[in-house]
Amino acid sequence: MIRAKDISKRYGAVQALEGVSLDLGPGEVVALVGDNGAGKSTLVKAISGVISPDSGEITVDDRPVRIGNPHDAQALGVSTVYQDLALCENLDVVANLFLGSERRRWSVLSHIRMERATRDLLTQLDVRIPDIRVPVAMLSGGQRQSVAIARALIGEPRLVILDEPTAALGVEQTAQVLALIRRLRDRGLAVLLISHNLADVRAVSDRVVVLRLGRNAGEFRTAEASQESIVAAITGAAA
Amino acid sequence: MSTTTVNQARKPYSPRQAIERARRGDLGAWPVVGGLVAIAIVFGSLNEHFLSPENLTNLALQMAATGTISLGIIMVLLLGEIDLSAGSVSGLCAVVMTILNVRHGWNPLLSIVVAVVAGAAVGVVHGLLFTRVRMPSFVVTLAGLIGWQGLLIYLLGQGGTINLPFDGFIAKLSDTWLPPLPAWTLAVALVAAYGGSLLLSRRLRLAAGLPVGPAYWVAVRTGGLAVVLAGAVLVLQADRGVPLLLVIFGTLVVILDLVLRHTAFGRWMYAVGGNAEAARRAGINVTRIRLLAFVLSASLAAFGGILAASRLAAVNQSSGGSDILLMAIAAAVIGGTSLFGGRGRTYAALLGILVIQSITNGMLLLNVDSSVRYMVTASVLALAVAIDSLARRGSTQ
Repeated sequence: MIRAKDISKRYGAVQALEGVSLDLGPGEVVALVGDNGAGKSTLVKAISGVISPDSGEITVDDRPVRIGNPHDAQALGVSTVYQDLALCENLDVVANLFLGSERRRWSVLSHIRMERATRDLLTQLDVRIPDIRVPVAMLSGGQRQSVAIARALIGEPRLVILDEPTAALGVEQTAQVLALIRRLRDRGLAVLLISHNLADVRAVSDRVVVLRLGRNAGEFRTAEASQESIVAAITGAAA
Repeated sequence: MSTTTVNQARKPYSPRQAIERARRGDLGAWPVVGGLVAIAIVFGSLNEHFLSPENLTNLALQMAATGTISLGIIMVLLLGEIDLSAGSVSGLCAVVMTILNVRHGWNPLLSIVVAVVAGAAVGVVHGLLFTRVRMPSFVVTLAGLIGWQGLLIYLLGQGGTINLPFDGFIAKLSDTWLPPLPAWTLAVALVAAYGGSLLLSRRLRLAAGLPVGPAYWVAVRTGGLAVVLAGAVLVLQADRGVPLLLVIFGTLVVILDLVLRHTAFGRWMYAVGGNAEAARRAGINVTRIRLLAFVLSASLAAFGGILAASRLAAVNQSSGGSDILLMAIAAAVIGGTSLFGGRGRTYAALLGILVIQSITNGMLLLNVDSSVRYMVTASVLALAVAIDSLARRGSTQ
């Protein structure tokens, strides 16, 4: 559905990406792994419109598209959840979910419509938050991450990119977020998961794409790949 | 908790949750109300004149101008910024209005409008320096504090005082009193509108299958407002009546509160104050929100200055000077607006100025020396900021 082909990007003297390709399909969780500096973030930034690649092509449904800024990406159905959540802690869950895309009539906020939609969405995703009208600052880390992910779904995206969604979470909260990622897949969304945690990657992904030094360094079906082979691809020991 | 159940009631907070909320500074207006009651008891027992209708009416008159300036301060505080120029801008715009009205014989209403627009223009200058040049807001407005004061003195020129005609429209603003019938009609209409909106919102929420509070809560809140308004009207009618100045200030408070809570613009103000980067990523034009906040602040300062000039029936070189700025900032913070942005409502201006002005007024009645007055006001401000800072620390832990 969304395909990046031969993406290259150079920052000054550093070749961050060199001819990297990535294929993302509906109902599939793809994990993007690699060591620090492997180019994961750069690739994600190219797809989510934060940077423009020097060369290469991104296609949506086999049509080439130009993603010049984050807004273009959103219009194409690409929604990104950043590592540093980007929630307004002083606002409640409803306000955060609809931040920037508030439902309103004659510029008056439709509080009830937004709260109904929030509750429906959280129920569908089986996200449990005791009171969605308290400031997000009062929620746990896992609940905040769930809110951030749920927020990515407001614009009806086709691809959700999750940048290290479990990095700061405890065991139980990580399990909640992984369950949430599975439900995103069950909704037929394409999910691109960037993670350092191979246990999480193996628990939730269908496919693992490995980057190393800005190039594709291997691709595995998660169910068939051993942890050792993925680690070998990350470190370059297999090459 | 299942979110699909219909007619599910919002549970009241358990003591533990209540303490948790309190620790995070989510106390609402209760500390301020408590403070007001304490002030009433202390000064009321020390001086029998303090709680007399005449004195309370004077208090209402004294509140309006600084309270309006404080409203503007809240607009920038919500973004986590500060406007130190509000006092000078209020004085400057009052002078602009007076010169247009008295020296050039302009229509009073037109002079007021032009003066407020001048205030807005000042706000644009501050906002552009802050957003485009990226100067810290306290430096921009500190320069404004001195600079606009200078312009004020320049405009006044030799002499330094211009009187407004006592029977003119502008002076009449602060010497107009609602007769009993309109005053009571206004109070009843406000209570009806408030109760009606609560009921309507409750019915709409029920229809949408959203949780609602218990039905008696609507009655309690509406009844509470009715008691407060009825008390206020009774007291004020015992003297000269409800001052128009108070009605104007109250209207501004209510309208701005509705704007902040029920429009996208208001939501974005809180968002920018809470996390500007998150707001920017959500597609909100942060620069425009910041600019608008400074424009609102300066415009409200201008209007506050006009109300002050109306009460004094004159402008002079100390218009908008001395402690007006600090009183306005203190009122906003004492009322519960966070200095760190993202938290506070416009009612903070009303409650905060009520606290500050009653302390000032009470101590004046007791003939307390101004040295002591300053120290007490400073202590109250320090206390409010301390509570705010502790609450912020609690919420970021």
